[in-house]
Amino acid sequence: MKNKSLVSINDYSKEEILHVLNISKDFENNKNQPLLSDKIIASLFFEPSTRTRLSFDTAINRLGARVVGFTDSASTSTVKGESLKDTIKMVSNYSDLIVMRHPLEGSARYAAEQSDVPIINAGDGANQHPTQTLLDLYSIQKTQGTLENLTIFLIGDLKYGRTVHSLLMAMSHFNPTFFFVAPEEMRMPKEYRLFLEQKGIEYFEQTKMENLEKGDILYMTRVQKERFSDLLEFERVKNSYIIKNAMLENTKETMRILHPLPRVNEIDVDVDTNPKAYYFKQAENGVYVRMGIIAAILGIK
Amino acid sequence: MAFQKHLQVNAIKNGTVIDHIPAESLFNVILILGLDKISNQITFGTNLESGRYGKKAIIKVADKFFEKDEINKISLIAPHAKLNIIRNYAVSEKKTVEIPDEIVGIVKCFNPKCITNHEEIISHFEVKNKQEVALKCKYCEKIMTRKELII
Repeated sequence: MKNKSLVSINDYSKEEILHVLNISKDFENNKNQPLLSDKIIASLFFEPSTRTRLSFDTAINRLGARVVGFTDSASTSTVKGESLKDTIKMVSNYSDLIVMRHPLEGSARYAAEQSDVPIINAGDGANQHPTQTLLDLYSIQKTQGTLENLTIFLIGDLKYGRTVHSLLMAMSHFNPTFFFVAPEEMRMPKEYRLFLEQKGIEYFEQTKMENLEKGDILYMTRVQKERFSDLLEFERVKNSYIIKNAMLENTKETMRILHPLPRVNEIDVDVDTNPKAYYFKQAENGVYVRMGIIAAILGIK
Repeated sequence: MAFQKHLQVNAIKNGTVIDHIPAESLFNVILILGLDKISNQITFGTNLESGRYGKKAIIKVADKFFEKDEINKISLIAPHAKLNIIRNYAVSEKKTVEIPDEIVGIVKCFNPKCITNHEEIISHFEVKNKQEVALKCKYCEKIMTRKELII
């Protein structure tokens, strides 16, 4: 994986995923390892994203590398009409690695083709966000002690939610059982259901928040109003996919709740103090996992 | 020869006849094959009766013999096209078109938020299903079907 861009989670084999998770654990145990003091990393955020950018910046700083870049394309020559290609060609001459977030889908694959240095995709529109997936996997492995044979509930918007699609693809290496909980209009798309059937992975679909006692992981997502063609339908379902403390009573002791954040109301604040709530710790894990990804791509670990 | 079929489009001496093109795809076939840019003699007919496909079109290109890769480019919009290779007024060979594993150029990605619709990038698709035509964009990874194709 040295010098290989990370555009989509499907670019990594099972072994590569496990390798990144392994070295990420080492970074969690030893947070400050200035292994990259001779490296310059470009951080190109063509659209604002506070959480992801700060997580990457923290990871880069903890590794002792220096950051150049921008946090919003409004302050760059993109507003003068410079193409993505030209920006990438230029920046790849300056830096050892590029972290890029861009509002257009496919921009990361294209940038990786144009760049002489590896690209880490920090989100390309609604398409891919592989570092999120790796930190989700890290959080699952850490809380369950394994990735193998787990029962994963994916809840909320399963149609448009890119995080749940990438997580599904990545988890498919580890023989999971899935429960899809979504309104009819937000159902897991057919291509993913077919994929699971071809791989012989068991899944169940339900529209109600039930069977939660079977889950090892509850992965929550936002149900967004703008995704609905029928607003009446949104009003009808908007409060159906909310998790509250009282619903967690019969769930497994080891079960953990994950959420890519930001949340709106799909996890009631009364869950926050429950030991099964893991979403804030999950976000913290993002720093170690991004350290792991950067170190792996630059060939340090 | 007691029965002489009346030709709707004149015969050529040497060249290629592309038959069974859906009538509505004729001009796209011409564009894709770049027939509007060559100096060969070309005759075409459209809205001809076809038992199997309703209205069909036919193109005759004199002194032109297509390479396989070249002709397969039309497979998305004329999947049942038949090629007759003509030598000295006689059919010397018949060919069909085949959907390739990858489609480069030709088709536009249907996703308005795809990078290929915002910068000068040659589109690139992996063919996931040849029967129903499902193309996966190499860039935005969205899958489009026949009814969503934009040439």
